Amino acid sequence: MTATAVDRREALAPPEPSARARFLRRFRRQRLALGALVYLVLVVLATALAPLLATHDPLAQNLASVLQQPGGGHVLGTDDLGRDVFSRALYAGRVSLLAAAQAVGVAVLLGVIPGLVAGYAGRRVDAVIMRLTDALMSFPPLILAIAFVGVLGPSLTNAMFVIGVIFAPRFVRLVRGTVLSIREETFVEASRSIGTPTPRVILRHVLPNALSPLIVQISLTAAMAMLAEASLSFLGLGVQPPDASWGSMIERGFRYTATAPWLTVFPGLLIALTVLAFNILGDGLRDSLGREIRRGS
Amino acid sequence: MTEPLLVVDGLEVEFATDRGWVQVLDGVSFAVGRGETVGLVGESGSGKTVTSLAVLGLLPPESSRITAGSIRLDGRELVGLPRRKMEALRGDELSMIFQEPMTSLDPAFRVGDQIAEVVRRHRGGSKRAAWARAVEVLSTVGIPHAERRARSYPHEFSGGMRQRVMIAMALSCEPKLVIADEPTTALDVTIQAQVLDLLRAMRDEFGTAVVFVTHDLGVVADICDRAVVMYAGQVVERSGIDALYEHPRHPYTEALLSAMPQLAARSGRLATIPGSTPPAGAMPPGCRFHPRCGHVVDACRGTPVAEHPLAEGGTSRCLRVSDLVLKGSA
Amino acid sequence: MLRYTVRRVLMMVPLLFLVSLGVFALVLMIPGDPAITIAGENATEAQIDATRERLGLNDPVLVQYAAWAGNALTGDLGSSLFSNESVTGAIAGRFPVTLALTLAAMVIALLIAVPAGTVAALRRGRWQDRGATLFASVGISLPNFWVGILLIMAFALAFPIFPAVGYTPISEGVGAWARGLVLPGITLGTAVAAEITRQLRGSLTDTLQQDFIRTARANGLSGRAVILKHGMKNAAVPVVTVIGFQVGFLLGGSVIVERVFGLPGLGDLAIRAVLQRDIPMIQGIVVVAALIVMLVNLAVDLSYGWLNPKVRQA
Repeated sequence: MTATAVDRREALAPPEPSARARFLRRFRRQRLALGALVYLVLVVLATALAPLLATHDPLAQNLASVLQQPGGGHVLGTDDLGRDVFSRALYAGRVSLLAAAQAVGVAVLLGVIPGLVAGYAGRRVDAVIMRLTDALMSFPPLILAIAFVGVLGPSLTNAMFVIGVIFAPRFVRLVRGTVLSIREETFVEASRSIGTPTPRVILRHVLPNALSPLIVQISLTAAMAMLAEASLSFLGLGVQPPDASWGSMIERGFRYTATAPWLTVFPGLLIALTVLAFNILGDGLRDSLGREIRRGS
Repeated sequence: MTEPLLVVDGLEVEFATDRGWVQVLDGVSFAVGRGETVGLVGESGSGKTVTSLAVLGLLPPESSRITAGSIRLDGRELVGLPRRKMEALRGDELSMIFQEPMTSLDPAFRVGDQIAEVVRRHRGGSKRAAWARAVEVLSTVGIPHAERRARSYPHEFSGGMRQRVMIAMALSCEPKLVIADEPTTALDVTIQAQVLDLLRAMRDEFGTAVVFVTHDLGVVADICDRAVVMYAGQVVERSGIDALYEHPRHPYTEALLSAMPQLAARSGRLATIPGSTPPAGAMPPGCRFHPRCGHVVDACRGTPVAEHPLAEGGTSRCLRVSDLVLKGSA
Repeated sequence: MLRYTVRRVLMMVPLLFLVSLGVFALVLMIPGDPAITIAGENATEAQIDATRERLGLNDPVLVQYAAWAGNALTGDLGSSLFSNESVTGAIAGRFPVTLALTLAAMVIALLIAVPAGTVAALRRGRWQDRGATLFASVGISLPNFWVGILLIMAFALAFPIFPAVGYTPISEGVGAWARGLVLPGITLGTAVAAEITRQLRGSLTDTLQQDFIRTARANGLSGRAVILKHGMKNAAVPVVTVIGFQVGFLLGGSVIVERVFGLPGLGDLAIRAVLQRDIPMIQGIVVVAALIVMLVNLAVDLSYGWLNPKVRQA
């Protein structure tokens, strides 16, 4: 820190509002993150309301109108079986989003408890848990997912469970870090010294403090989970026909790259935009948190 | 009569903030003669560090600007000097020693390499010759086994030894002027004394002029010929060192003197100056020191006060300079 | 430095042990009777028994592990259940393709990320910075197989500059070999470039605010010398860490990119093995992938010793 920076900060020291008000004020200034949030809400609504919004039955084949260009009766064209791409994309979005949610859910469930234990228990337990997460993190994630799916058999549920397991170490580290930093705080020590049971301390002090970095990590992990789902489905190891996700739509469309590019361009664009939105939202949330909270991650 | 080595004249500097440009230096003027040691004294926020960075041309270009005034080294104007020419002067004709010896050296390079890099930058020559020069200055500043220690990394030195390395680097090309910004503040008291001795010895050996930036008037008494006292971006008093201690001519100087730990110990209580430096952009009207001044009268709150030249030399920026008798340390 | 290196190498042993346990456990995770799964639904009782015998599934688990790990240590990872080809041989045969692909991706990523990250750090808040930051966000959000397909559409079909699919061995000409790697390399390298850009921007910005940068400038070193020498070497530690992390990502991503561009590499081998449930092959590929990641991490850690002299003593 240079002296000039100190001088300038002194000149500008703002009054201290509450942490939440500060967060909201900072977040509102993040135009891009707000836009990402709006986009995500719209995508979730659109996929949830797919039966209302779909113009065609997503499974109805029509061999009389295969590989139709976008426009005309089909907004986004038709695939090789004459199915309406727009309607399929709506239903596939459901699959993609739910799959990402499943993976994130598994990661959080598998991550939070060991994280709490590692932070609270003695050194030895902590060391064991951290070495295990190290080992898990030393595998290339996609290779590990492919291997597990290969053994367990290709299915979206298997694939996303594995993805969740692979992302769990991030949450272990995050929660452990929060516990370690928070247990030193005076109010927690005071609370413990008057005999508050550990579960209560966790509920009252640790989890609320871990919440903000958790939400950030959830948003960023959702982005990675969506990409992983798309990749596995593209390889044929995720969602199985006749169901489709955006990733498997690209896999099917890939055979018609030269003749029907819309089959790959539109689902890819949807994946890219949604993943980007999760990333931007996560970054925006993190930037809105004070440095004091961010330290936990 | 030739001009002094360094002349700072009417220097005004502004910083960019969320609320636009804010003035942080207001008409700062002082001079430093060849081989002279001048103390630049004030609390944090007084503008002393900004002044030194301005002299070296190290103010961040994107968030600060010099709006008026002149800085002349050896008769050469430094304000507006092209970047490359300024770079060629830094380390060669003028240099700076910083407060934090722990972080001011690059942890990734051997100290000898860091000094040799500066030598080669300004003197050219072979790597071997630059290295030899690095070892030579390290030994001059009192690093034992300089030959071997030059191959050490900064983290292998103690704080005091690192400050010696910093001094060696600053003096490696025998500059005419060195600005030492609180060079002893981060060190233990005994080490502080050693480093001060070293600076004094270096000044005598190389004839280097030194601007000693500090908040501690006790250190100024030890090493300086004259002092320039700054408050809230202005020079409030300029004076010879003995006159300053015996007859301070500005209430802020008086307050600084009474806050010196050495004196406070004598009187049995630690005096502090009530209040704090006003933030830039929110300066009080009239005399900037009046809210904290024990001798304030109504006139002080009105119009800004100019620097009054004093009969015995020097200046004071106090309205009541002729009628106040202030307490010195003697 | 030598002691640091030895200690760091020894630290790999327990990790390797854990990895081998995990990889071996893959067999145990097969739902139901692995022998039936492997021999096929329609296999006769005798065929299933033979399979069980061949896989050593009648032995206690620990004996099975010892046999497998012992062989693995000598470089014998068993043989394919389908082709009887040696797993080690199959992997060795495919390895050059994947190596070429990941190297191409890394080279392309660095060619993009080093200038982009540096300029972003130096022009913080200006359009160069915003552009680099946007690239970093978008780059990690694009599904790489989609990028690959778009590149094929643009530069192999619409403007046939590069081949759409296939791999030309380097023995058949360096030019053709390199040309075939351009599109796959960009496809695989985009996300890595984004990640490195982001990290380099961040750590170079932090480094340039350090006191020692000011010292260097106060002694007359030019802006470029300060940034390239003192800035880069100190900013490199987190960047090298990220580059190390990316190798795991590159190996995973190569599976997909090899599929898109029809490259006969390790990823292609992995997909075939998975679809055929060729367990020894899957195990072998996972072990080799984990070993590569560990060796890269080792190299990264050793580079810290050079970049940050403090580490050497620790």
